[in-house]
Amino acid sequence: MEKYLTINSKKVSFNNEKSLLEVIRNENIELHTFCYHSELSVYGSCRLCLVEVEDRGIISACSVPPEPEMNIKTNTERIIKIRKIIIELLLANHNRECTICAKSESCKLQTLARRLGIKKIRFKNVLQKSSEDASTYALVREPSKCVLCGDCVRFCDEIQGIGALGFANRGPKSLVCVSFNRELNDSECVYCGQCARVCPTGAIMPKYEVNYVWKVLSDSKKKVIVAIAPAVRAAIGELFGLRKYNGDELAGKIVTSLKTLGFAKVFDISFAADMTIVEETNEFLKRIEVNDNIPMFTSCCPAWVRFVEQYYPDFISHLSTCRSPQGMYGSIVRRIMPRVFDIPDRDLVVVSVMPCTAKKYEARRHELAKNGINDIDCVLTTQELAMMIEEAGICFEKLESCAFDMPLGFKTGGGVIFGNSGGVTEAILRNIMNTKFKNLNEVEQFSFVRGERGLRKFKISIGDKELKIAIVYGLNNARKILKSIKAGSKYDFVEVMACPGGCVGGAGQPICTDLIVRKKRTETLYENDKVMNLHKSSDNPYVQKLYKNYIGKPGNLKAHEYLHTNYSYKKRFKEILKISDSLQDDNIKIDVCFGNNCISRESREILSHIVNFVENGKYKDRVNITSHICLERCFNGPNIKVNGKIIERCSLKMVEDAIRDEFDRLKDEC
Amino acid sequence: MGLNYNKFEKTCKILEENEFDKSKLISILQGVQEEYKYLPEDILAFIASSLNMPLSKVYGVVTFFSFFTLQPKGKYIIKICDGTACHVKKSTGLIDAIKKKLGLKDDEILTKNMLFSIETVACLGACGLAPVIVVDGVVYGQATPNAVVRLIDNVLKEEKEK
Repeated sequence: MEKYLTINSKKVSFNNEKSLLEVIRNENIELHTFCYHSELSVYGSCRLCLVEVEDRGIISACSVPPEPEMNIKTNTERIIKIRKIIIELLLANHNRECTICAKSESCKLQTLARRLGIKKIRFKNVLQKSSEDASTYALVREPSKCVLCGDCVRFCDEIQGIGALGFANRGPKSLVCVSFNRELNDSECVYCGQCARVCPTGAIMPKYEVNYVWKVLSDSKKKVIVAIAPAVRAAIGELFGLRKYNGDELAGKIVTSLKTLGFAKVFDISFAADMTIVEETNEFLKRIEVNDNIPMFTSCCPAWVRFVEQYYPDFISHLSTCRSPQGMYGSIVRRIMPRVFDIPDRDLVVVSVMPCTAKKYEARRHELAKNGINDIDCVLTTQELAMMIEEAGICFEKLESCAFDMPLGFKTGGGVIFGNSGGVTEAILRNIMNTKFKNLNEVEQFSFVRGERGLRKFKISIGDKELKIAIVYGLNNARKILKSIKAGSKYDFVEVMACPGGCVGGAGQPICTDLIVRKKRTETLYENDKVMNLHKSSDNPYVQKLYKNYIGKPGNLKAHEYLHTNYSYKKRFKEILKISDSLQDDNIKIDVCFGNNCISRESREILSHIVNFVENGKYKDRVNITSHICLERCFNGPNIKVNGKIIERCSLKMVEDAIRDEFDRLKDEC
Repeated sequence: MGLNYNKFEKTCKILEENEFDKSKLISILQGVQEEYKYLPEDILAFIASSLNMPLSKVYGVVTFFSFFTLQPKGKYIIKICDGTACHVKKSTGLIDAIKKKLGLKDDEILTKNMLFSIETVACLGACGLAPVIVVDGVVYGQATPNAVVRLIDNVLKEEKEK
């Protein structure tokens, strides 16, 4: 049965809409909001979506479900007045340096102030100066621009399952911050930057590195090379009013503008993505063959990699050891380009343009450096590329297309769809097939892995083998998969990207909160794949040549040197709990793990036993006891560490033996 | 066994009694604060980890309620009422005298030997006795700067005898 209500005297039907806000927006009335986000839970804090409902007074449309016969008014004098007051109050407590704010023109507060016709702020400015937090490579926080809508807090917690940011204090002292108001770098942040994407103001922004690039570009001694990621071409058009252009045309325009800016070579990360596919396919088939570390997890998303390193140390070995496309691009150009230009290594500057803030962090990982020099010098986001184009006064929309430089500019469709959630999986499946594709239908036989849902599972028969595959975006979805794997679910291959929709929805992309825009980007990459000559990564002739000339075969020693990497546990908490009252430097050190897994395996009993054994015996005052969250061997708990040596699956007797042995050993040494 | 271990053991017990249930966070924090007299950062990290919840959320709860404190407290807690009645009766003079006696500067609220900490409170509801201070739960009315200094001297003397 159809249900009806009235909005501004117009009869309107509704069905399953969750809130009045949705019904009203369906009627093309853009009720303004800060805290309402279709991807997140309803919060109802900004009070901007107030409407007047007959017999019920003023209510917030986001948190009230529609009911038949409701009579709603969205623009009464009272509501207009309240809305204005809300914005004025926010502005009275806001760092209003709009002209020098990078969010200017895409800031929701600024837009609303204009749209609501705020000409005067009747309240005294009460802004308390607070310093910005630029502690990470990826993001900059400016609390003085925060409107406390909590979008970042909810995204981090609900979609990414991390909760690095939270609310603190109350009333006028409320703020969004990291626990203990520390710097972001001291938190559990994995740098996905989605907080910056959903932030309506400039309170969280990607860290811009444009100045560095200008500097090296004007240094005549340096050769600056650049490569663009697949997802960049799918989104940059939005900033220049070129939504209708296809990915290839936009990529061509990007190449022209990068050349105009003075980059010596312009390459395509899709080429490196092809290499990643070749290496990763090889690695996957090998692992399947010997049933080692299956399921294999993809490793191209740095936020996901950090997530595993931080929360699931036991799964680190399941990550593909292949570097991400950015990592491979970095190590390959460092190896071949100095010779091409005939310049010393130090004069080569390697830049990449990414849709991602976590890539900025990835570029600084010590594993991706050689002799202390990082392969990649600087990572720009799509936003920053657009800023440089605008700053240089380049009329992007009028530019002719230009081709990428060879050899790292040639790619197959497999390397292009990499930017979509499911793209890595599809490219690998294409690569596993030994046949040559005759037509587009055959190329797209795996297109069922595409989709908009954040957690997709498939069974695929290849030859006589059935593969179980999961494709995930959003780290909270990744948690679900890891939990089910821990509980015994069997998968062979798991693709994870932290950002919704994959890299196309990355935080370095032009600001977009509209799902339709993101879907369009996804579509652009799949369309781009269709017009490619080749679709299978291993068919890329330049990749084949590179293997022939430099590497040899996928997975060999050289490949491991240049194309693979390793991972290590990242501590979630730095805190060490002191158990002994005083810690002496020359004492034996015992560390008892109090992570969740160990607690459930009686670490408390073990600690109590250690304390008794030490205190009531001859080792009194000769042992420092501490406890740790955690010792990273969760599958084999309970764990303790005696003078640096980890003892897994520890029993009460093993504890005593370990302490005795350690004292005996020390006595012998003396 | 040592103090640290006992407190930590008690924390574990509190967590267990509350079944590691994150919806019981507040009662867990209350119990732990009773034990430590404040909420140490490392213990909060431990609680967040054990309850499988973000530390930022625990921090949010701790800072939301004025009952919880992240600052260590002294063995003796001196509360000085600065409500309207006490303020009129020159409670600020008491605060100055106490701070001078204890050697506390500016925003310091805890003495270096961890013996005393001071708190100003909005109103203790004993306005008839203004100005009022409370030392370790005992209320002293119509306090004067000289009287509070004597009070502190007495406590110090007792401490020494112990």
